[in-house]
Amino acid sequence: MKIIAKEHIAEDLTKFVIESELIAEKALPGQFIILMVCKEGERIPLTIVDTDEKKKTITIIFQEVGYTTKLLGRLESGDLLYSLVGPLGKATPVRNYGKVIVVGGGVGIAELLPVARAFKDAGCAITSILGGRTAELVILPEQVKEYSEDMYITTDDGSLGEKGMVTDPLKRLIEKDQNYGLVFCVGPLPMMRAVSDLTRAFNIKTLVCLNSIMIDGTGMCGGCRVTINGETKFTCVDGPDFDGHEVDFNELMTRQKRFISHEKHAMCKLDEKIKK
Amino acid sequence: MAKVNQKQVPMREQSYAERIKNFKEVPCGYSEEEAVLEAKRCLQCKNPLCAQGCPVGIDIPGFIDLIAKEDFRGSIRKMKEKNSLPAICGRVCPQEDQCQKVCVLAKRKEPIAIGRLERFIADWEARQGDIEIPSKKPPTGKKIACVGSGPAGLTVAGESAKLGHNVTILEALHELGGVLTYGIPEFRLPNSIVQREVEYISSLGVKIMTSFVVSKLKTVDELLEEFDAVFIATGAGLPWFMSIPGENYNGVYSANEYLTRTNLMRAYQFPKYDTPIIKGKQAAVIGGGNVAMDSVRTALRLGAEKTMIIYRRSKTEMPARLEEIHHAEEEGVIFEFLTLPVAYHPDEKGWLKEMECIRMELGEPDASGRRRPIPIEGSNFRIPVDVVVVAIGNSPNPLLPSLTPDLKLGKKGNIVIDQNSGKTSKKGVFAGGDIATGAATVISAMGAGKIAAWAIDEYLKTGEW
Repeated sequence: MKIIAKEHIAEDLTKFVIESELIAEKALPGQFIILMVCKEGERIPLTIVDTDEKKKTITIIFQEVGYTTKLLGRLESGDLLYSLVGPLGKATPVRNYGKVIVVGGGVGIAELLPVARAFKDAGCAITSILGGRTAELVILPEQVKEYSEDMYITTDDGSLGEKGMVTDPLKRLIEKDQNYGLVFCVGPLPMMRAVSDLTRAFNIKTLVCLNSIMIDGTGMCGGCRVTINGETKFTCVDGPDFDGHEVDFNELMTRQKRFISHEKHAMCKLDEKIKK
Repeated sequence: MAKVNQKQVPMREQSYAERIKNFKEVPCGYSEEEAVLEAKRCLQCKNPLCAQGCPVGIDIPGFIDLIAKEDFRGSIRKMKEKNSLPAICGRVCPQEDQCQKVCVLAKRKEPIAIGRLERFIADWEARQGDIEIPSKKPPTGKKIACVGSGPAGLTVAGESAKLGHNVTILEALHELGGVLTYGIPEFRLPNSIVQREVEYISSLGVKIMTSFVVSKLKTVDELLEEFDAVFIATGAGLPWFMSIPGENYNGVYSANEYLTRTNLMRAYQFPKYDTPIIKGKQAAVIGGGNVAMDSVRTALRLGAEKTMIIYRRSKTEMPARLEEIHHAEEEGVIFEFLTLPVAYHPDEKGWLKEMECIRMELGEPDASGRRRPIPIEGSNFRIPVDVVVVAIGNSPNPLLPSLTPDLKLGKKGNIVIDQNSGKTSKKGVFAGGDIATGAATVISAMGAGKIAAWAIDEYLKTGEW
C-alpha cells in the first residue's frame, strides 16, 4: 500500500505507482481498485492503468476533481494509503475483434492504455481517438500510439489535433467503413453517451467503461447501480464495462450528482486543511 | 423456597427524546446489583430447556448461577467455554425466540433476562481491563483460512485457534466484523464492542488480513494450496430491490448502502468523516424485519422529521424483534401496514419526490405460514418522501461462488452444505452462516460456525472427507 513513485502528468492529473504484490499479479485490463486515503476517508474506485509483476506494483492515474482525489493528490512518494483493495470488477472481454476503434477522453486515456495493449496482443487492428479540453490534457499520446495503427486527436480549443469532439473523426471513420468489430470508449459520461449514440446508428458493438460511485465494490451495497437495457446492474461486479447502446446515461448522470452538495461542503474542509 | 419475583429487573435506557438525537446505545446495561438480583430469579432447573434452545450450547443456568453467587470471573469463563462473542450475542440475539421463550418462568411470569445477563457479564469483563485468554490446545501445524469476518467467520476463527490450529481471517472490507460492523447500527451494537470481540479473537493468535477479496485476489483453489482447510462465510450481501419504476432515482437506497454509509463509513459524522449520506426530511423504509427497524431508526437519528415503515403485511406478520419494533414505535416512527410501494416519482431534477403505494388486504396463509397480502385494486395513493430505504432482504453474495465453479449452489445462490458439518461439495472447503442459509440471525451463523469448527478439526485430524 506504499506509494513508491508520484508523477505530475498534466494540469490536475497525477500518477502513482503503488506497491501491491498480489494485485499486480492478478489484475487484468479493465479492472479497478478501491482505496482510502485516511481512516476518515471515503472509498473511491480507480482503474488500474498498469501493473508490473516483477516490481510488484500497480499504477493509477487520477484527476484531482473532488475532495478525495485532491486529498489523494497531496500524498507523496513513500506515503501509505489507508486501505487498498482489488482487483475488482470484471476484466474487459479481450479477444480478436478485427478492426477496433478505441476512444479516450481526459483521464480516460490512461484507462484506455491497458485495454488497447490487450486488444493489440489479441490481434486487433487498433485505431485510436484521443480527446481533451486542451493539448496538455491529451495525455500519453506516445504510449497509445504504440498500440495503434492510426491515431486521431481532438481538442475543444484546437490547441492540438483537430478542433472539435472525438465523435467528429469517429463519425468520418465509421461512415467510410462499417467493418469495425468494436468501439471501446472510456471518458466523461457525456462523451461515452455521444459515442454510443453515434455507433448505435451504424450498429457497431460498443463497450463503455463506467465509473460509478461505490462503497464496497463487491456487490454488497448497490450504490453503483445502473440501468442496462431496462434492468438494474451493479457496476462493481457486473461491470465496469457495459454495452454502450444499453446504458441509461441520463439516469447515470443524475445518479453521479447525488452528493454534489456534500462535495462542496467537503471542499471547504479541504481549504481549511491546506491553510493549516 | 423464596418467592420468585414475577418481573425481570428492568434495564435502564436512554429516554427516547434524548436518544433520537444521538447514535449511542439505547439500553444502558445492568449494574452488578441489578444483574445479581436478576440472576437470583433463575430456578436452576435440573433439565434446563433454555440451554437446549441455544445454537452455540451455552451452559445458561451455569453462568447465571455464578452471577447470582457474585463470581463474575467464573461466570465469564463459563460463558466463553461455548461462546467467544458474548457482548455481541447479549445485544443482538433474539433471546425471546430462543432461550427465554422456553424458560420455565415464562409460563406464568417474565422469563429470566438471559440476554441482559449475557451482556452484563461480557461488559463486566471488559471493564476489568484484563480479558483472559483461554488455554489453547498445542499447535497442530494445520492452517485454516476463514473467508469473511462476520459472526460465522469470527466463530470458526476463535474456536479453531483454541483447538490449536493456525488461522487466518481474510476480510474484503477494510474493517473486521462483517454485518456486525457495516450493518447493525451503533445504537444497537456499538462498533467498539465488535472491535473488542475482534481483538479477543486476534489475541487467540488468529492472523488478520483486511481488504482481501477471495476469488479476485486469490481463488479458493489457490487458498487450498496454502491452507489445509477453507471456511467460507461471505454472508448475505446481495441486496434485493423491487424492480419498480423509479427505483434508481436519487434518494433511493438499499438498506445495505444506507447502513454501510452510516455505520462502516461513519457518514453520520460527516464532515468529520468524508463519506456523505443524503439526510432526508421525510424518510420511508420498506420492509418489516430488523434491518428495516435499524434503517428507520438510523433515518431518525440522521435528522428526518418524519420516518415511516412501509410494510405490505400487518403488524403480526412482522419478522423484526418485538424489542426493535417497540423501540421504533417509542421513537415516533409511523407504521404504514398493508401498504406496498408500486412506483417512485421524481422532481424535475431526477430526485425522489413521491412514493406511490397501493393498499393490501390479507388473504390465505402462504408458504411461510403468514397470511398472503393481496393488492386492493385502485387504492393507489402517494406519499411525499425524499429518502427511501429498501430493506426487503438480501441474497447470498454471489461473487465468490460465481468464481468457484465446483462449489455446488442451491436455488437461491446459497452454497450447499451438510448441516452437520458445514462441508461443501468441494473437498477441504466448508461454509456457514448467511452464505449457506440466506439471511438469518447472528447467533445461527455462530452456531453454524461452531459446527463447522468441530468438523474442520475432525477433517484435519483424519483427512477423511
